[in-house]
Amino acid sequence: MTAWITGCLILLLKLGIVLVGLLLLAAYLVLAERKLLARLQIRLGPNRAGPLGLMQPLADAVKLLTKEDLAPAKADRLIFLLAPAVVAATALLIFAVVPFGQDWVIGGRRIPLVVADLNVGLLYALALSSIGVYGVALGGWSSNSKYALLGGIRGAAQMISYELSLGLALVPVVMLAGSFSLVEIVAAQSRYPFLLVQPLSFLIFFVSAVAETKRIPFDLPEAENELVAGYHTEYSGMRFGLFFLGEYVTMVVMGSLVAVFFLGGWRGPWLPPLVWFFLKVLGVVFFMIWMRGTLPRLRYDQLMHLGWKLLVPLALLNIVVTGAVLLLLRA
Amino acid sequence: MQIIFFILAGVALVTGGLVVFQRHPLRSALWLIVNFFAVAGIYLLAHAEFIAAIQVIVYAGAIMVLFLFVIMLLNLREPEAEAKFMHLGQKVGGIILAVFTVLLLIYGVMQVVLPPGKAAPPGLGNTESIARLLFTDYLLPFEVTSVLLLVAIVGAVVLAKSKLK
Amino acid sequence: MTLNIPSFNLASIGPWITLSIFAIAILLADALSPKGNRTAAPLLALAGLAVAGFQTISLWGKNGLDFARMVYVDNFSLFFYMVFILGTALTVLISLQYLKDYGKNLAEYYALLLFATVGMMLMAAGAHLIMIFLGLEVMSIAVYVLAGLFREDARSNEAALKYLVLGAFASAFLLFGMAMLYGAAGGTLFLNDLPGRLTAGFKPLTLLAIALLVVGFGFKVASVPFHMWTPDVYEGAPTSVTAFMAVGVKTAAFAAFARVFFLAFPTLMPDWTMVLWVLAVATMTLGNVVAIAQTNIKRMLAYSSIAHAGYLLVALVAANQLGAVSLMYYLLAYTLMNLGAFGVVILVGRKKDSYLSIYDYAGLGAQHPALAAAMALFMFALAGIPPTAGFVGKFYIFSAAVKAGYIWLAIIGVMNSVVSVYYYLRITVLMYMKPAEADLGPINFAPAVTATLLLTAAGVVLIGVFPGFLYNLALNSVKIFPGL
Repeated sequence: MTAWITGCLILLLKLGIVLVGLLLLAAYLVLAERKLLARLQIRLGPNRAGPLGLMQPLADAVKLLTKEDLAPAKADRLIFLLAPAVVAATALLIFAVVPFGQDWVIGGRRIPLVVADLNVGLLYALALSSIGVYGVALGGWSSNSKYALLGGIRGAAQMISYELSLGLALVPVVMLAGSFSLVEIVAAQSRYPFLLVQPLSFLIFFVSAVAETKRIPFDLPEAENELVAGYHTEYSGMRFGLFFLGEYVTMVVMGSLVAVFFLGGWRGPWLPPLVWFFLKVLGVVFFMIWMRGTLPRLRYDQLMHLGWKLLVPLALLNIVVTGAVLLLLRA
Repeated sequence: MQIIFFILAGVALVTGGLVVFQRHPLRSALWLIVNFFAVAGIYLLAHAEFIAAIQVIVYAGAIMVLFLFVIMLLNLREPEAEAKFMHLGQKVGGIILAVFTVLLLIYGVMQVVLPPGKAAPPGLGNTESIARLLFTDYLLPFEVTSVLLLVAIVGAVVLAKSKLK
Repeated sequence: MTLNIPSFNLASIGPWITLSIFAIAILLADALSPKGNRTAAPLLALAGLAVAGFQTISLWGKNGLDFARMVYVDNFSLFFYMVFILGTALTVLISLQYLKDYGKNLAEYYALLLFATVGMMLMAAGAHLIMIFLGLEVMSIAVYVLAGLFREDARSNEAALKYLVLGAFASAFLLFGMAMLYGAAGGTLFLNDLPGRLTAGFKPLTLLAIALLVVGFGFKVASVPFHMWTPDVYEGAPTSVTAFMAVGVKTAAFAAFARVFFLAFPTLMPDWTMVLWVLAVATMTLGNVVAIAQTNIKRMLAYSSIAHAGYLLVALVAANQLGAVSLMYYLLAYTLMNLGAFGVVILVGRKKDSYLSIYDYAGLGAQHPALAAAMALFMFALAGIPPTAGFVGKFYIFSAAVKAGYIWLAIIGVMNSVVSVYYYLRITVLMYMKPAEADLGPINFAPAVTATLLLTAAGVVLIGVFPGFLYNLALNSVKIFPGL
């Protein structure tokens, strides 16, 4: 009984820490992005709230929380209110299967540094990321506004198109690791990260992941110079905040997935596993921000062309080649 | 476990009914998504994690998004007046038939005494056993589905492509 | 993890593979060839069908299962393969000029025809219900699309949509029935295993499953009360596709219907024959009576096809060897006479189906005697007048019913045939006894269509006068049903 209670407590503690950590990370990621973008554009960025602007996320949070929560008169209220939560919740939930460190042993008790090691963890992550589409699509639809609807439709089309290459890019990883569990996949990279043997997979996954986060150059669903703010045009206050939060949590989650699938997860020499994991995630995220500062937005047909005619066939080809090579090596 | 099953089954039944009785197409689609989740939960209870995940990815995550996409594109709203699809007689007849079928179904299922289920062989995960079946006993149907998908793709192109030369 | 893939012989599904490869080749040839050059597709389709035909003949006489017991290789399925190949080949022949007139001579059309044929073969040879379902879907999806081929035509759109929505509904019934059966049989869907597994305790569930299967198959064969879609879809779809639907889809559905019911439910025969008895009577009667009121030739043939589904159901009800033989014989005869009739409809309809009323046939006898003679022959055959194949087929079917003790069913069937003579002969009367309202003008006798008419006319007479060969082939094929 005591073992069960301590198990429960540890799980709750882990949940709490992961949740708070993720939210904090997302909040400061906003600041980091603004600072970095400012550097790339030779500006200063936020520097008023606190030293170096470090209190900016807090100020933003207070602002969002105290703003009036508006819903357009003819909106589908229930769906309008629910949609942002779907985006934020799915993004947070994905992290449950991400292993972020080596197992800790405290007092003879093994504590795995992962909230839940599912044997279909990879599919779980894909499933949740495919559910995230609903937040965007429904948010856009329920606002009863043309810009929001256009944004929602674009978002739905874009996300289901890129989910395909996102999933297909992971098939070679599963073939190499022989498991859907993220913990096993990290374990399978004990000798070398999969990036070295699957550079193409990595590239496809990374591009698709950026498209899933709807960031430049894939930000058509919110394209501010055509659609005001796309699917979240009509949102204000913390509901807008949830969309915003969702986007940044998704960035962190996609960063961790890239790290887990291709960069060896928490593995690395000299430094502690937890630090390695953070460095890798931040590295991927930095790259995403860099892209945002550098690249122009794709046109809609270019977006579809890239997804369906380039990434999907390449991913399929990659699967075939990987399978053939594995077969030859084992024979 | 049984309680969870009955909760999930109840959710599945209720949402299934809501799908039919909602007047707004989008609401129907949303309830269907909830329904899919409940069914995925039942799969989980049966230790079919792979099927549960696929159910969510394929049905809830892909097919229903397309449904939603179409509803949004056509901007379907609630029908203004109830379309008169059926006469009263058809309605009554349909209800009687449906109730009768359900009763028969319940009676039929109650009669069934299933043999005790075989435990899955140890060390054989869920995904592996499905893969094993797909590549051995069900090899031919598995391959035939690729023909089915090809036909569907060709058909979609024939019907939808703006300019067939 | 070691994986032992069961041994299989690709030759046993040779015809499917050939047709699939040729279908893909048609698509590729179209994609790679210069624009506007579309002579290759029908030729490739015919070549593929010829190769598949040879493969089928070379398989003849084999008796067994392959691919982990998923597919039957037996004369019953091979007989139907030949019927499908014949039906598709004739459809290709009558399509060419017709589609050109519409500017729709697409390579995809021929590819989809071949794919649909593969689906039909799956249905006839599937040894596991999932195979039959997959076959049904492959066939149906291809035909849904073909029905909507004329995208600019509202009627064609209506036909495709109606067929798709109702067809999906029927597929759901079929699948639901299979799921029930899976439960009742304790987790197997192999047709060979089902009779042993369906023990008495599961009877209510099994009966429910059978009812759902009847709905699913009943829709595809267009039997009353699942026939409502038939006239609209047959009228709206391109005529060549209507012909293909009327013969191919119906034949495939009956092949699977017969195989599943004869093989899997022999012990429950009294139960399901009773249901089918009612369906058969309703289908024959409604089809024939309503056909009388039709003035559009395609609608008339649609109701005639419903009526024929009724006759074929009589063969199922009889559930004896002669019944199975008559089913096979009649389906072949029906393929020939119906395709012939639709070939005439295409010729008389001329450019873009301008002449589809039955009154457009007035005076045909004087102006185009050969064409009128062919049409008269097909009408006689459909009505079941000797010495055509239609007569022999009906004779077999009704004798099977009498032999099984269904005297009344046979009497109702014969009475229905008499009713049907009215509307079939009306066409003949119009052609020969009524003067044309205006000059009919020239008819473009495309060589392929003419060849089809000659072939089908010869076939209808030939197997009508000498039915013995086919009878023996069919009798040889139905030995696989131990329950009969």
